[in-house]
Amino acid sequence: MDAPRKLKVATTSLAGCFGCHMSLLDIDERLLDLLEIVEFDRSPLTDIKHCGHCDIGLIEGGVCNAENVHVLREFRANCKILVAVGACAVNGGLPAQRNHLQLHEILTAVYATEAGLASGVQIPNDPELPLPLNQVHPIHEVVKVDYFLPGCPPSGDAIWKFLTDLVAGCSPHLGYGLIRYD
Amino acid sequence: MSQDTFLLDGEEIPFTRGQTIMEAARAAGKFIPHLCWHPDFTGHGSCKLCTVKANGHLNAACVTAARKDMTVENRTPELDDKRRTLLQLLFVEGNHFCPSCEKSGNCVLQATAYELDMMSPHFDHFFPDRPVDASHPEVLLDFNRCILCELCVRVSRDIDHKNIFALSGRGIAKHLVVNAESGRLADTDFSLDDKAAQVCPVGVILTKKKGFSVPIGQRRFDATSIATQVTEAAAAAQEEV
Ligand code: SF4
Ligand code: SF4
Ligand code: FES
Repeated sequence: MDAPRKLKVATTSLAGCFGCHMSLLDIDERLLDLLEIVEFDRSPLTDIKHCGHCDIGLIEGGVCNAENVHVLREFRANCKILVAVGACAVNGGLPAQRNHLQLHEILTAVYATEAGLASGVQIPNDPELPLPLNQVHPIHEVVKVDYFLPGCPPSGDAIWKFLTDLVAGCSPHLGYGLIRYD
Repeated sequence: MSQDTFLLDGEEIPFTRGQTIMEAARAAGKFIPHLCWHPDFTGHGSCKLCTVKANGHLNAACVTAARKDMTVENRTPELDDKRRTLLQLLFVEGNHFCPSCEKSGNCVLQATAYELDMMSPHFDHFFPDRPVDASHPEVLLDFNRCILCELCVRVSRDIDHKNIFALSGRGIAKHLVVNAESGRLADTDFSLDDKAAQVCPVGVILTKKKGFSVPIGQRRFDATSIATQVTEAAAAAQEEV
């Protein structure tokens, strides 16, 4: 009999720090068990640039610029199950702490008025750069999200429990000690 | 004379005359989720997290007297779902970034959200602009996390007799203020020795110069849940008797 089809998983980091991806690697040797049952599509681990049809999409980070919105929509369009992984995807996290400030004030402070800047420094405006949004948003404010895995980052054990539940076809249940917001 | 009891989620809970459902449940080691209630002070009945079904009616357990033979539902999926929604509303109305909050691991709001399996804030965030008050030499006020439970207001007024805090405004504009002409904590006689300095269930009233002196992972709710701790405390009290 053929082995069951491997589940396709895509991952990306939007306005995140890659800490959640590092935590995914923290499942350590269980990564080998995971690779028995899933294969990675678009992900920093594969360097595939666009998300194909997938069973599970794992999103780290909130939405802070126009490119994040495009990537997030691509994932939503292609993934049967979309998961917000980590504090930033869940509630905006650290990047969202700029939300009560005006964007132009922040850019001016960082690129124009900050002490010690080289002369002639300007706010970057290369057309290649994605435009920042006025505020940073958790991903559920932009697309429908099926599951949330909080934590900054969620521990390797939490990610493992979550993924194994999901792959087994049941609603992930973390339980005390694995649900953490910090 | 046998003791009066009522039924809480099917278990007999003894009570003495005048005890609230919350007090009797707690003494028996049963956790009723709560935010504006504190074991050392009179109930306030404002956050509604402790809502139970007593003889079929929704009542706040912290201000409802226990009565003989009443039947009380507490940790039912129906009530916990409603409580989770209340928590989610509180999370999105303020700015709760737990990873950078000194109260994380010691916070009643967070511990209750863990207990109730709150996996997401669900609603859209308000991201309100609430500047901190760092004027006081010993205490920082970070209003971003205030859940308007009024514990500090009540304790400063009724126990410390200083009346330093108040709530102002209505609806979503409601917020905590400091009773001083300038609105600054430094311009009051607030002190670290005030009882009000110790009662905030969340990370608003914070002692300066000792941030993260207890590492994350070794804090009050890191090893055991808020519900387990209520059960264990009651068992320990029983043993002493
Ligand atoms: S007050 Fe509690 S819930 Fe809010 S940020 Fe701090 S730890 Fe998190
Ligand atoms: S500062 Fe703390 S104790 Fe005071 S009302 Fe806000 S949450 Fe309650
Ligand atoms: S704890 Fe009873 S209403 Fe807040």
